[in-house]
Amino acid sequence: MRANALLAIADDELILGWRDSEWTGIAPTLEEDVAFSSIAQNEIGHARALYALAAAELGSDADALAFDREPDEYRCAPLVELHLLDWAHTIARRYLYEEADRVRVAALKQDEDAELAGLAAKIDREETYHRLHAEMWAARLSGEPRFRDAVEELWPYALGVLAPEQRDELARRVGLDVVDARERGEHSEEFAALHDEMTEVRRSAPGAQW
Amino acid sequence: MVTTDAVWAALGEIPDPEIPVVSLVDLGVIRDVRVDGERVEIDFTPTFLGCPALEVMKRALEEKVSELGAEPAVHVIQDDSWSTDRISSAGREKLRAAGFAPPAPRAAGATTLVQLQSNAFRCPYCGSTETRLENIFGPTPCRSIRYCTSCRQPFEQFKTI
Repeated sequence: MRANALLAIADDELILGWRDSEWTGIAPTLEEDVAFSSIAQNEIGHARALYALAAAELGSDADALAFDREPDEYRCAPLVELHLLDWAHTIARRYLYEEADRVRVAALKQDEDAELAGLAAKIDREETYHRLHAEMWAARLSGEPRFRDAVEELWPYALGVLAPEQRDELARRVGLDVVDARERGEHSEEFAALHDEMTEVRRSAPGAQW
Repeated sequence: MVTTDAVWAALGEIPDPEIPVVSLVDLGVIRDVRVDGERVEIDFTPTFLGCPALEVMKRALEEKVSELGAEPAVHVIQDDSWSTDRISSAGREKLRAAGFAPPAPRAAGATTLVQLQSNAFRCPYCGSTETRLENIFGPTPCRSIRYCTSCRQPFEQFKTI
């Protein structure tokens, strides 16, 4: 059970890291190029650490879990798969994801598994800066109809990041009502394209040592 | 047989791959060194989990121990035990002299935007606290970008972790 739960979180962080990295070089300002690149690097680092914990249980390794599974074996939430979002939706996703992740990480810090709780505490420290970045942008765009519409559109997706019992707290934090969530399970076609891209180098030289 | 002190001294010669003015010992990422006969065990805590220099640092530690004629075993500890508070005072001074503002002490609660936007951060060039936040993120995840309005110098501020 623990490995499956860890994989869902690690997959969220890996895929969101990839999606955030797509802004490198094309963000609306240079400072956001820098910010999104760092955030992406952190999220992928969290994925690596979580995959390593899962791998120890599954007798695998972090790279194999990140890149050698078939697309239908990934457990990421639909929120993180969404591709080619405009800036309003991108900031809405960052804001909603960080709020959901905050609830999830707080729970993991209390986990009876000391190794997982310790890792969650470290992740929490780093995520503080992602939250501040999201908070700053959400405040800046709060009066913009495009941003508000984007938050509403992505809200069912954000709920799908969390387990049902954690959703009330997210709704309270964001100030919206719990609705039917976009649950984990089916992947979009956008995910197949991303999977193809992110596994390409590894598939080109199976078993290579870098 | 190698002594614990000799291992610490040798590790103190390994520069940080991204900011070589400080050593891994200055950074406080070496949690523990244990010598057991020919075997030297090192507990190592990454600064940031996404640090791309993690493998490089691990290899540098192993090579240093091998140079002392001992057998290295480096354990990477992924918990909350490393903090920027563990950077030594010598390390902080080396950072400052190289133009990196050392991190503020870790507070009880999480860092807030109000704190980052306050004037509690000192310019490493002129010492003024008239500095403003330019970007929470910087060239590496561990740094922010600030601007000193006194000497008009942008500078890198270590994040508190």
